[in-house]
Amino acid sequence: MYDFGKILLATCRDVLPIILLITGFQLLVLRQPIPHLRRLLVGGVYVVIGLALFLAGLEKALFPLGKIMADQLSDPAFIYGAAEIVSEADWKAYGWVYLFAAMIGFATTIAEPSLIAVAYKANEVSAGTISQWGLRITVAIGVAFGISLGTFRIVTGTPLYLYILVGYMIVIVQTLFAPKSIIALAYDSGGVTTSTVTVPLVAALGLGLSATVPGRNPALDGFGLIAFASLFPIIAVLGYAQLMNWKTKRSTKIMEKRNAL
Amino acid sequence: MITSIILNKIKQSFTDLLPIILVISFFQIVVLQQPLPQLGEVLFGTLLVVAGLTLFVQGLEMSLFPIGETMAHALARKGSIFWLLSFAFALGFSTTVAEPALIAVAWEAANIASQGGLIDPGPESLQRYAFGLRMSVAFSVGLAILVGVMRIIRGWPVHYLIIGGYVVVMLMSIIAPKEIIGIAYDAGGVTTSTITVPLVTALGVGLASSIKGRSPLLDGFGLIAFASLLPMIFVMGYGLLIFR
Repeated sequence: MYDFGKILLATCRDVLPIILLITGFQLLVLRQPIPHLRRLLVGGVYVVIGLALFLAGLEKALFPLGKIMADQLSDPAFIYGAAEIVSEADWKAYGWVYLFAAMIGFATTIAEPSLIAVAYKANEVSAGTISQWGLRITVAIGVAFGISLGTFRIVTGTPLYLYILVGYMIVIVQTLFAPKSIIALAYDSGGVTTSTVTVPLVAALGLGLSATVPGRNPALDGFGLIAFASLFPIIAVLGYAQLMNWKTKRSTKIMEKRNAL
Repeated sequence: MITSIILNKIKQSFTDLLPIILVISFFQIVVLQQPLPQLGEVLFGTLLVVAGLTLFVQGLEMSLFPIGETMAHALARKGSIFWLLSFAFALGFSTTVAEPALIAVAWEAANIASQGGLIDPGPESLQRYAFGLRMSVAFSVGLAILVGVMRIIRGWPVHYLIIGGYVVVMLMSIIAPKEIIGIAYDAGGVTTSTITVPLVTALGVGLASSIKGRSPLLDGFGLIAFASLLPMIFVMGYGLLIFR
């Protein structure tokens, strides 16, 4: 109960600058009453209480479990067997870690409230052509791949910027060929994947892994997983849009051929 | 009638959460081969998460989206670019500067920098470094929303700006000290909180739909992308400035 109160207070503090800003602008700049004020206030209360419950539940149930798991899976005793003393990391031994990273990345992204919000908006704005679940699953696959690759990077100790640079190159090339209507949404989907649910679990995995893999330094190698989780969804969404585009083009070509015959 | 709507919403939230439950149970039972510790507490926590998510999504539709859109329409109707841009900057800056995730990351970064011998290890210089980092991230998010709103007004294509930003990030990665690179990349991800994202998305879409010649899908999205790109540039810039 005490925890919930603390989290509720923190959420209120998050909302405070937004409330101040909006009331300030309404009173001083726009100088007009806010329409549907009661509905907005009730909704605002829902958002604050809902988010606080959500975070309290996560901290009670899922975060401790996920963190213990990240520790256990990256423990050298689990990976190499208890007897061996390891001085050099063998990247092939970390199969379960990569799988865990991918699956937890996918799962947390599906539950990410900001992504739910953006998918809802995208569905509404595109008049239904972009399906909410389609977007969310595509983004989640991107995050899964990204985090899995990120753990591989920590295990091998290869420099972070190389991966990010290559990722950027891929995004740039994809942007040239992708349908224009999806580009802005794809870029946005990179930023929304990493908030309340994903960051704590993924950060724990990164720091735990870099602390236990021989030869890694948490200060240098522990960071960067979040960067992977925000880059690869962009690639996934652009790729998916391209695939869809190509499919429709091909099917219209086949139709044209048939009509010509 | 109402109960069936509520039940439906709860079912939806449960579906959103199901993958996490499956993944954790699979690894706990099959891979690590251990029973779930404190099962009762975990179940209770999961119940809270489902209830919280249901309420949040409901509040989203009732409140956060309409507020963002109403503000966008009202400011567009007022026709003052100055006020629109000030609102954009203030929204980005004020929601980021007190963000707990950012405060945590800034402290972490200060510790790393002092361990690496880049700054004085005294508490005062640590404080100063963390504060500077926080300010530069908050300023960069404010600026990002401002630039993003400017783009919607003018109708600039989003990819030129983003790709330009990527090129800057790449160039800076080459010259920036390596202690700051990981933090800089991550800073882009932590700035956008769960309350800011829906609000900013609604602002962009609302703006794009109230300005003639802009498409909500083409021009309305993209604000978040700026908000995750600019902090990377600013944090690396901060690193370069401080460590020289």
